[in-house]
Amino acid sequence: MPNELNKPEYNIPPGMEGTVAITTLDRIYNWGRRYSVWPMFFGLACCAIEMIATAGARFDMARFGMEIMRPSPRQCDLMIVSGTVTKKMLPQVVRLYNQMPEPKYVLSMGACASGGGPFKRGYNVVAGIDKYIPVDVYVPGCPPTPQALLFGLMKIQEKIDNQSIKHVSWYQDQQDEGIPVPVLGPDLIDLRDFPKLMEKEQDKEVQA
Amino acid sequence: MNDQTTVMNKNYQKILERFPHDVQVDEREGYSGLLIEANQLLSIMETLRDEYEYDFLTSVTGVDYLPDEKMEVVYHLFKSTGGSILEVKVQVPRSNPVVPSLVGLYPGASFQEREAWDLLGIRFEGHPNLTRILMWEGFAGHPLRKDWIETFFEGDVKPYEDRWPEGKVSKVETTNPYGKNITYPDGFNPETWIPDSEDLLFQGSTVVKVEQEETGIETEQLVVNLGPQHPSTHGVFRMVATLEGETVLDLEPVMGYLHRNHEKIGERNTFSMNMPYTDRLDYFCSMSNNFGYALTVEKLLGEKYQPPERAQYIRVIMAELTRILNHFMAIGFFLNDLGAYFTPALYAIKERELILDIFEAVAGSRMMCNYYRFGGVVRDLPGGIEEQIRKLVYDRLPRQTDEMDRYLVENEIVIGRSQDVGILTPEQAIAFSAVGPVLRASGVPYDIRRADPYSIYDRFDFDVAVRYHGDVYDRFLIRFDEIRQSIRILQQAIDDLPEGEILANKPAYKFRIPKGESYGRVEGPKGELGYYVVSDGTDNPWRYHVRAPSFINLTGLREMCLGEKVADLVAILGSIDIVLGEVDR
Repeated sequence: MPNELNKPEYNIPPGMEGTVAITTLDRIYNWGRRYSVWPMFFGLACCAIEMIATAGARFDMARFGMEIMRPSPRQCDLMIVSGTVTKKMLPQVVRLYNQMPEPKYVLSMGACASGGGPFKRGYNVVAGIDKYIPVDVYVPGCPPTPQALLFGLMKIQEKIDNQSIKHVSWYQDQQDEGIPVPVLGPDLIDLRDFPKLMEKEQDKEVQA
Repeated sequence: MNDQTTVMNKNYQKILERFPHDVQVDEREGYSGLLIEANQLLSIMETLRDEYEYDFLTSVTGVDYLPDEKMEVVYHLFKSTGGSILEVKVQVPRSNPVVPSLVGLYPGASFQEREAWDLLGIRFEGHPNLTRILMWEGFAGHPLRKDWIETFFEGDVKPYEDRWPEGKVSKVETTNPYGKNITYPDGFNPETWIPDSEDLLFQGSTVVKVEQEETGIETEQLVVNLGPQHPSTHGVFRMVATLEGETVLDLEPVMGYLHRNHEKIGERNTFSMNMPYTDRLDYFCSMSNNFGYALTVEKLLGEKYQPPERAQYIRVIMAELTRILNHFMAIGFFLNDLGAYFTPALYAIKERELILDIFEAVAGSRMMCNYYRFGGVVRDLPGGIEEQIRKLVYDRLPRQTDEMDRYLVENEIVIGRSQDVGILTPEQAIAFSAVGPVLRASGVPYDIRRADPYSIYDRFDFDVAVRYHGDVYDRFLIRFDEIRQSIRILQQAIDDLPEGEILANKPAYKFRIPKGESYGRVEGPKGELGYYVVSDGTDNPWRYHVRAPSFINLTGLREMCLGEKVADLVAILGSIDIVLGEVDR
């Protein structure tokens, strides 16, 4: 294990190889994080079944330190949006995302979560979760095979590896205030669309 | 077929003689059943139930006949002792569709009437709680009406115009001012808009103080939301439970969090395009879903499209493998719900993977098989698969079933948690239109494979699994019984599997479906999976409705949970075995 952490430019005194590592703070911090990404136990649709299959014996997510799926967002690092997000469910999804502590990652699993998939034209379907919450990794497929999901999870690990404490948003002074939770009205109301909505309303009045 | 028709006509005759003025035979081309005047519906249905033994109302749905300016409510009635269908229809003017509610006679109609109100705007007079069920209160319009247009509307029916006109990709989002799947009705002003106050129940945990009449002691009633994000609701399902201490006083299931507009999309699709969508209804059992849809459309297509022998056997093999897969997972997740966190489920997933290997080999996909076609199946079994299935059904699966049985069935904790919990009596089960394992665990030996055989199920030797207590434990045990019966069917089917064609007709993308309606049903792993299809003679269905077993089994959930402890809610829900893709569609 120490060899994995070593920065090659520092020489370790002979006789101490394999027991001591000289490394950077970023490296050891990310090394710890990448092997303990806890996904949220949160299934939306068909893809959730393949997510569970990935946790099963044959594919075994535990090899990546991810076997502990937590149902509470407060204990999670990774939200796997596994399936079709409907308008009725979206407020809950956004709220769950807001409740997750930083550092947090989002993996959009499957065609529906990434862009609406076969149900894109449905009146109750959100055509892509990325219109509401930021997504780190997209995994295509309907549903993606467990192998594909594992590949996506490894991409999350790669992303973690490349982050630096100096720049990551959760150590900056300016804290993110979270995403406004959409409201269910005659149709889904995204509060960030408010100005545009009002503008349209005023245009109509002017025309009238 | 002919025998059945004469029996049906005899039945009709009796009813017609009884009610000469209010009942007519539906004589539209390709239709069957009885047309009843709306004001006489209740009394006639009562007679049908009590005197003609049509006690099992499986499906209620509506059809919007826009050109005729009519709304039609279609009831599918069966006898719980077996036999074929009696269709009853009520037509009302489209401008003011009001139909008397059947909840008093058949409590199982409750959720389905709410669904018809939600999606089609048919008002059911006398329904105790006629609120939206799949969409939320306050949603604008009734989306399944033919003149209701969704945001990303491109045309009435598929296939749509070229997506790449002159080599440029056109995206449907660009046509929307918000770039999203959102429209607001005219005159909607977000500043003056007041949200429809959802019932206080649904706002979150609330405490109501109640003074007991007899003792004068003040107690607290607590309203608790389980879900929609909850590890043991099997997806995005929500139960609003009113508790006093640990006891459940009231329970309201809330669904629609996975309402993916299956039916609206299905009515825009061509007939064959719907096949892959049926995979995504009950995503454990895509093969059975395909089976039901294929049977329904084959009924409309007629004799020429009867699948050849080999295809019939392959269909049965795949459907029964699906049942085993589903029941293994149901058992695994049920134990999850009881608190045996994930170990039994992992055993179940292991067996599921072996069956999925077969599906992947024959259909190309693990979960979404899209394997059946009208008139057969899409491709033949690849080499070596027959041997693999044989090994599974003769060796591996019986052994693993016994192993699971040995670990779980006699387990003290399982028995303690589930015996005498969540009881559903046979009378209640029939009244609530419960189907599948839930019905049979209550002592009603109703299995469509026996009661109204389809495909080639009349050739196989198997028993209808039945248990008599109607509690959670019996609903758990009956899944073992059904796995064993399915293995019996599979052993016979794989031994008798003939050589030959697998498709009755040439492979085709488009089918000209004759005018008419058709209700096809199969005994899916979760119960009666029915499809109601109306064709107006074009390539696209005019109406496409799915009678989902999980959805209708939930009608009895409240009754099962009343008076139980809050910890049992999860066990009761687990024993019904719902899949949200099918509940919400």
